Amino acid sequence: MNENLKHRIKARILKALHLVALFIAMAIICVPGLWIVLNSFRPTVEIMAKPPVWIPSELNLDNYRAMFGAVGEGGVPVVQYFTNSLIISVTSTVIAILVGMAGGYAFARYRFKGKAGIFIGLMLTRAVPGVSLSLPLFIVMAKTGLIDTHVGLILVYVALNVPFTIWLIDGFFRQVPIELAEAAEIDGCTRWQAFWKVEFPVARAGIASAGIFAFLTSWNEYALASQLTRSTFSKTMPVGLRDFTSEFTINWGGMCALAVLMIIPALILTFIVQKHLIAGLTFGGVKG
Amino acid sequence: MAQVQLRSVVKKYGSLEVVHGIDLDIADNEFVVLVGPSGCGKSTTLRMIAGLEAISGGEIAIGERVVNDLPPRHRNISMVFQNYALYPHMTVRENLGFSLKIANRPQSEIDRAVEEAANILSLSDYMDRKPGALSGGQRQRVAMGRAIVRHPEVFLFDEPLSNLDAKLRTQMRTEIKKLHQKVQSTIVYVTHDQVEAMTLADRIVIMRDGHIEQVGTPLEVFENPVNTFVATFIGSPPMNLLPATITNGEVAIENGPSVALPSAFEGKVREGQAVILGFRADNLMPRGHSLPMEGQHAAFDMKVNLSEPLGTETLLFSSLAGREVQAKMLNPRPVSPGETLPFQLDLTRCHLFDAASEASLR
Ligand SMILES: Nc1ncnc2c1ncn2[C@@H]1O[C@H](COP(=O)(O)OP(=O)(O)O)[C@@H](O)[C@H]1O
Ligand SMILES: [Mg+2]
Repeated sequence: MNENLKHRIKARILKALHLVALFIAMAIICVPGLWIVLNSFRPTVEIMAKPPVWIPSELNLDNYRAMFGAVGEGGVPVVQYFTNSLIISVTSTVIAILVGMAGGYAFARYRFKGKAGIFIGLMLTRAVPGVSLSLPLFIVMAKTGLIDTHVGLILVYVALNVPFTIWLIDGFFRQVPIELAEAAEIDGCTRWQAFWKVEFPVARAGIASAGIFAFLTSWNEYALASQLTRSTFSKTMPVGLRDFTSEFTINWGGMCALAVLMIIPALILTFIVQKHLIAGLTFGGVKG
Repeated sequence: MAQVQLRSVVKKYGSLEVVHGIDLDIADNEFVVLVGPSGCGKSTTLRMIAGLEAISGGEIAIGERVVNDLPPRHRNISMVFQNYALYPHMTVRENLGFSLKIANRPQSEIDRAVEEAANILSLSDYMDRKPGALSGGQRQRVAMGRAIVRHPEVFLFDEPLSNLDAKLRTQMRTEIKKLHQKVQSTIVYVTHDQVEAMTLADRIVIMRDGHIEQVGTPLEVFENPVNTFVATFIGSPPMNLLPATITNGEVAIENGPSVALPSAFEGKVREGQAVILGFRADNLMPRGHSLPMEGQHAAFDMKVNLSEPLGTETLLFSSLAGREVQAKMLNPRPVSPGETLPFQLDLTRCHLFDAASEASLR
């Protein structure tokens, strides 16, 4: 048998093993999500069955119908929760990105007193577990009357996200050569124009990815939101999931249905921004 | 009219002074090259002219205007950066037209100006590509195109060719020279490469450690370097320098032969003065392989350690008085290492520098 053939076979086998390993890894990652989607379409009996039923005998939209139905018949104010989540997540993300851009740019471009200290301080805030803040936050919010308001949660999420957006965006602005802004200034831009017309578009991909992270953090956050919201007026979708638990029973099907509604916008957003991420990552202007 | 004037210009970074009060007059349409070793303050000087660095002291004027505190956009200048600094998110066309767009010029005028620049620099074939899809030489041309679109009064170049390979560098050098003839503007060009400086400049400004050492035409600085630094920096191979003492009216090379005092230096040296004798390889040649030396010259034998044939001439590395000196051989024949040859030194082309100050005694 010739040697080339041996190597070819070896390469094929390795490739196959590679694909199998990838499949297993993806399956492990995806199964919980798929399980939720599956459960949202079938009755509780089948969900709770032991051993688990993998191939559903019947799929229907009962859980969704009930969820959008009247309160008291398994209905929950989904639209209101969705709106709350959207308002809170979008607003806090926009603010976190604006602050992150200002801060990240300052860290990337300017020298100032205490720069390293401030930066480390910001990063340290990430080391504090969010839940440990719940009681102090609750007290502060209660005193300021921000419990059960959009503003209250928006403030919390901005605070949670800003260190992270600053850190990410700082990294992206560092990759934008300083000469680009200088060239723009020589081409007639003010400092401000140079930023918006050159540095910002070039770092756009990074800023977008920081945006996704901030949005998903706010969109998915449960622990703090469950403390700081009370009523339909401000409850977000993760908190809304708890509406499906009553004293003695848990409506798993309904919970899964709401969870699916939560996942969809996040997925769509990621898909939209992903294109940006790849398209934007071309730093060809400076010698490559 | 766009002359550029620097008056005692100083640059400090905190307490560190990197440019020490330089004076320079650049005439309208002149091509001036700032040259010097890395870190001598060339870029800093250029960036102060551009308005990218604040001036710590002195005065800079472009045209008749003092521009000390004007931002770059009000100085009517263009700059080509070492790493090109093309806008990566814009096509070549957009890169070229950017400055006019910022100035809110009508689209028809922008198109016309971009087209003109593209023609001058042969960019027309890749106007719709992004910089990432261009080769180094093409990027270089786009960067130059972006600079000329606006018809600025002054062009500033900061080592624009240093990222190109040798062949392309020579080619672009010629293009820059041609460009200067076409666009008729004042150019301030920074490089650490003395060949680039010699070939491009109307006038060369040689800098060292934040000071200007000498300003002159390429020939002036080559023929009459004011000190040993300029003598070794300009010209390739660098000028040979040998310590010597004026003894009995002759130049006695340390541990070596004595040669007659070059007549140009008569009366300019005193007996016993410690000097440095400088001469270029072109003025030290083996007898029979040299230019005719009709004037004052000296003769001595030297052993050749190494020879580098260059085709029309051969570069010889020999030792004289325990130091390596480089000589040239015209109409070369093969030379074997260790061979001793009779050399002739053209004294009319020799230089004497004071040993202590290293300044020319001419
Ligand atoms: N931002 C800065 N802070 C402190 N020192 C600087 C800064 N920029 C340049 N220098 C110093 O100024 C000197 C001149 O630099 P530069 O003008 O870039 O030299 P070059 O002649 O190589 O272009 C160098 O010694 C450099 O270290
Ligand atoms: Mg430099």
